[in-house]
Amino acid sequence: MNGLALPAALFAALAAVPLLSLPDYVMHLLITMLLTALAGTGWAMMGRFGLVSFGHGAFLGAGAYTMAILWNELGLTPWLGIPIGVAVAILAGVLLAYPAFKLRVVGHYFALVTLAAGEIVRILIVALREHTGGSLGMTPAKAPEGGAFLAMQFDKAGFWWVALIAWAGGLLAWRMLDRSMASKALAAISEDEDAAASIGIKVTAEKLKVTVISVTLAALAGALTAQYRQYLNPESLAGLGISLQIVFGAIAGGMYVPLGPTIGAAITIGLEEGLRIGFGTELTGAAPLVYGLLLVLFMLYLPRGIAGLFERRAKTPATAKRAPGEATA
Amino acid sequence: MSAALKPDAGPRLELSGIQAGYGDFQALFGVGLRVEPGEAVGVVGPNGAGKTTLLRVISGLIRPRAGTLRYGDRDLTRVPPHELPGLGIAHVPENRRLFPHLTVEENLKVGAFTKSARAHFEKRRDHVYELFPRMKQRRHQLAGTLSGGEQQMCAIGRALMSGPKILLLDEPSAGLAPLVVQQVFELVKRIRQEGLTVLIVEQNVAQVLRVVDRAYVLETGRVAAEGRSAELAADPAIRRSYLGGH
Amino acid sequence: MDPFFLEALVNGILLGGVFALPALGLNLVFGVVDVVWLCYAELVMVGMYTVWFLYTQAGWPLGLAFAACLPAIAVLGLLLHLIVVRPLLSSPPINQVLATGGVLFFLQGAATLVFSTDFRSLGVDMPPMEVGEVFVSGTKLAAFIAALVGAGILWAFLKFTYVGTAIRAIARDREVMPLMGVDPQKIYLIASAVGGALAGLAACLLVVQLDVHPFVGLSFGPITFMICVMGGLGNMLGGFLAAFLMGLIISVGGFWGTTEFSYVVAFAFFIIVMFLRPKGLFAR
Repeated sequence: MNGLALPAALFAALAAVPLLSLPDYVMHLLITMLLTALAGTGWAMMGRFGLVSFGHGAFLGAGAYTMAILWNELGLTPWLGIPIGVAVAILAGVLLAYPAFKLRVVGHYFALVTLAAGEIVRILIVALREHTGGSLGMTPAKAPEGGAFLAMQFDKAGFWWVALIAWAGGLLAWRMLDRSMASKALAAISEDEDAAASIGIKVTAEKLKVTVISVTLAALAGALTAQYRQYLNPESLAGLGISLQIVFGAIAGGMYVPLGPTIGAAITIGLEEGLRIGFGTELTGAAPLVYGLLLVLFMLYLPRGIAGLFERRAKTPATAKRAPGEATA
Repeated sequence: MSAALKPDAGPRLELSGIQAGYGDFQALFGVGLRVEPGEAVGVVGPNGAGKTTLLRVISGLIRPRAGTLRYGDRDLTRVPPHELPGLGIAHVPENRRLFPHLTVEENLKVGAFTKSARAHFEKRRDHVYELFPRMKQRRHQLAGTLSGGEQQMCAIGRALMSGPKILLLDEPSAGLAPLVVQQVFELVKRIRQEGLTVLIVEQNVAQVLRVVDRAYVLETGRVAAEGRSAELAADPAIRRSYLGGH
Repeated sequence: MDPFFLEALVNGILLGGVFALPALGLNLVFGVVDVVWLCYAELVMVGMYTVWFLYTQAGWPLGLAFAACLPAIAVLGLLLHLIVVRPLLSSPPINQVLATGGVLFFLQGAATLVFSTDFRSLGVDMPPMEVGEVFVSGTKLAAFIAALVGAGILWAFLKFTYVGTAIRAIARDREVMPLMGVDPQKIYLIASAVGGALAGLAACLLVVQLDVHPFVGLSFGPITFMICVMGGLGNMLGGFLAAFLMGLIISVGGFWGTTEFSYVVAFAFFIIVMFLRPKGLFAR
């Protein structure tokens, strides 16, 4: 019980953020950050066990476009559209992952297979332009009078709460996974697949489990992002570019601790906005340039991400079983 | 025979007090050893005695933690491994380590990679084919398709391509059928006749003592005995442990 | 045969020739250094800008601009190896791939800063040629021939030179190389430079067919990776053949459907190949 007190308090405090009546712009950044963090958390669920996907953008897209098309063409509320979108993404993920795991597609090969899958989804979105608007993108239809809630078209405060719940859900999933036997099995698998299999770990099943969790979070992040922006386009919801950005956020923050990807999202959003404000739109290339540079520097000097800096300190008290509240210094 | 083919036997190779290992594991505890120019010396001992480690130390693939390693007046612990072939030291590694997807002749070519060896490629290749006519027949065959004995020929041939003064052979008989083992030791004899200095590491004590002048017995990382081949072969303790004698 | 179908076949082969060069370069680097250059297509992009700048802005003759592009990108490959890859040689493969992914972003950003996101065109074209019933773009044909010549030179280099033979050897067994008197670090450098030069050559062939923009790499980068993986990472011949296979699939797919459809088919084909032959179509 004790372990949940602090997170619960933190969650309550965050839920009260809209009461501060922050400027719209700040709220916008915070919401974007949470949704980016959710996608990164989803990616890191797999990434930290050595399942590096370069196609996670595809799951954002699968979730978002399914939801948006159902709303625009059938008038199905996103409240149902999102679960269906998530289900579609899971289906796609399992269709890809099951044979990949079964046939031992690992390492570089796995990364490149997922890259291909991400590209397929991006191109499919472009190709199905009658439904998706192609590369120009699409806009969810405006909610009818009084139907904003059903259409999930909230104000900033509403989206903050939705995003917060989703994000917290992602962290909770992380925590539950870590406390389950599955995480030990996955750690063993990422260490040595054959050895893991030989001691009776069901390699494919365990990997699929974490894939489903990962895809769920990513698809949810995609759908909510689309819903929040009220705009979908293939470049920002599928393909190599966005997939690498997700990876970058998770890596920069640190993919081995639950809050790592969130820190990473804060860094990427902060960086992007900082550069945009600092240099204006004149220097549109500055953001990816700095991203890229940082990614290289992180790999060279800080491969476990920002959170990696604190890992040792955070771990020591936990293993020493100190009472909560005792100084960690 | 031209100067490129008739090697001088090079300087003396001398190790003393060598300690070495991998990570926390120490394999050699103060090993001393000496190979005089033109000599053939064996290092024998059971599996895990540190024989391969010893050769890897000489080749610079592992750096010793303590001890000296001299080739003539040169301190080999300061020479990067890829410069050793240029100094006249060639190492035929354990399990031969041929490039299976290259032809026999291409394997020889890789063996002649160093600048000084390239100039002599054709002469040395022809000489290797003279020594091992079987290699000439198989010159355009992929090395991976050779039989075990042929692979050993190819590996020795590849080492000869750098024009070595001393040849380090690691378990040349490992994994070969008894008849082929005989042939391999015939090869070693032939190489000795070339005037090369040879240091050979082997588990097959009986065979190796027939081709070397002197030998060291290595046990758990230490030199347990040394002497002339004939003396060792006659030593009751060694006969008991290694030669299946009574 | 339907002349349009025949044309699709011919175009597929021509397209395969263009894919072949980057696939060869990527495979060469992977085979030798054991690192995937995720930013390979971006090296090509920089090469395309190099040619475009020298030709249209600096007023160099086109041939000279082409000739300068190869060494320029070879140097870029060297720098990539020295600055990013070499320090990471003993890191987990994923860290290596991600670092080169960082270079991908970096180069895209740098190109955007310097050249903006405008599409730049070289503005040269060769008249189409009529071969039998089939019209063939002169530019594409010239690019195809240049690609084959480039591949041929690479093959001769790997087959007949000492360094080339060592490159093929190191791809299988890097530990034993020092015993052959080969300094692996030096071979890595050479492979990186040659890999860069191939990207430079690919840039010359692409810049006459495609407009350059900072994200142009994303249009052929993913397919290049798939070709390499399909042929078997590090397997040069496999990658070369897979390039033509992909070229044909895309071209013939485009004949029956839309271009996008053809890419979907090609990528789906890739995924199926991965499942059926995880180590590549031509793995032994």
